Amino acid sequence: MNRVPRPVFFAGLMAMGFLYLPVMVLIGLSFNASTMGVAWKGFSLQWYAKLLADPAIIEATVTSLIIAFISTGLSLLLGIGTAIGLEKYQGRYTSWMTAIIVLPLVIPEILLGVALLMMFVLCQIPLGFGSIIIGHMVFNLPLTVVILRARLRKLDPAWEEAARDLGATPWNVLTRITLPMLRPAIWGAALLSFTVSLDDFVVTFFVAGPGATTLPLKVFSMIKTGITPEVNALSAILVVVSMAFVGLSWIVQQRANAHSPTRPPSQ
Amino acid sequence: MVVFGVSLASRGLYGGVEWVGTLENYRRLADPMIGVIFVRSILFASMTTIVCAVVGFPLAYAVARASHRWQLVLLTLVMIPFWTNFLVRTYAWVLILRADGLVNSLLIQVGIQSEPLSLLFTDMAVGVGLVYGYLPFMVLPLIVAIERISPQLEEAAYDLYSSTGAMFRHVVLPLSKPGFWAGGVLVFIPSLGAFITPYLLGGGKKMMIGTLIQQEFLVSRDWPFGSALSFGLMGTALVLWFGVSRTSLGRDAQ
Repeated sequence: MNRVPRPVFFAGLMAMGFLYLPVMVLIGLSFNASTMGVAWKGFSLQWYAKLLADPAIIEATVTSLIIAFISTGLSLLLGIGTAIGLEKYQGRYTSWMTAIIVLPLVIPEILLGVALLMMFVLCQIPLGFGSIIIGHMVFNLPLTVVILRARLRKLDPAWEEAARDLGATPWNVLTRITLPMLRPAIWGAALLSFTVSLDDFVVTFFVAGPGATTLPLKVFSMIKTGITPEVNALSAILVVVSMAFVGLSWIVQQRANAHSPTRPPSQ
Repeated sequence: MVVFGVSLASRGLYGGVEWVGTLENYRRLADPMIGVIFVRSILFASMTTIVCAVVGFPLAYAVARASHRWQLVLLTLVMIPFWTNFLVRTYAWVLILRADGLVNSLLIQVGIQSEPLSLLFTDMAVGVGLVYGYLPFMVLPLIVAIERISPQLEEAAYDLYSSTGAMFRHVVLPLSKPGFWAGGVLVFIPSLGAFITPYLLGGGKKMMIGTLIQQEFLVSRDWPFGSALSFGLMGTALVLWFGVSRTSLGRDAQ
């Protein structure tokens, strides 16, 4: 086993520090009693209390949660179908289809926002709840498909074949073999989509319209009007919640890969 | 149900993308002022990509060569910022950069920055913000690429009396090239179109393509021009994306 050379190790450590330090500072400051600046004036929860008392924040939270739930649910429904379809019927256009579906994940987010905005206006879809949900699905669906396909590829086709040999109908194979074996990936994808949807700012910013405000939009407008300790507290909540969700999603998927009857690695 | 899913997915997405193409009628991109903004964005994106590669490589190497248990922990730690709130992560830098003294000296002490960062609303601030935001996009593909390099190759180099530096130069770095390419695209494309970072950390004064597009759409309401800009941005992004997915592992993007 090779050791990681010490300078490389330390450089890596620093890079990791770089990734986490700013967020730590943010979280730390959100507990600071001081109203101005970064000088530490003692531990306090007053900013969190203030947030909870603000009806606009509560409303934005509810909006965010509803949008995240619906867009995640719909993405799962469509994503499961798409993923299985792409994986099972490898045809001439499969790779093109894959490229088109993954596209929203690789083009700059601002383009998605702009394109969606124009599409909604041209099709005269009112901006608001519905448009945000559709907007979020545009990135949640590919995300779901990518995660599910990665899992599908690892499943041993022998399970489905065995079921078919024993006389199971295609529907039975799907509901009793494929879907249960996909379950960890489904959970992982759901958690991740939910987080990404909760967190999204750019697409939401373009398609939200005046009617609906999500939490990130709220944070943005608060930053714009002036940096207050409440923004720190709200940001800290957002970042901790999404980190927890992402971590959970990742662990669920890793566990599944370690413990279930999948195909042995081919290498 | 399967076919239904496939058809819906592709249509929805395709429609979203295609409108950009058909609406793009008015090209006023030749304006030198727009040229400056494009060049600036490309410069920023290139710098971000290079810095991410330099900073990200040691981290990726350490994660890829960690013992199995540690690897999972480290990988999780790299994964998490990849998906967490970009706006908030950028905002954290507003707090750090706008406050001088305490946080600045803290940064120097830890050694992340060798010299004090002057202030918010500078090119430097935008650069740091971009690197911070997109570093995980570089590290993840690099980890995948480095993991594929057999440690035996490294041992062989050492056995042949290679120094550590020479081993990295002649074995690890050339073999991680696919990772650098994939990571490079994943960093370059979003930083080219970055909007939050130049807005919050650059004060929106020195524009990048992203801020310009936002302005055209939401402030000036010049949609055709905004579309033309978007189209230029997307063209750049698409050419890069297909180029790289042809040559190397676009799949590792995820």
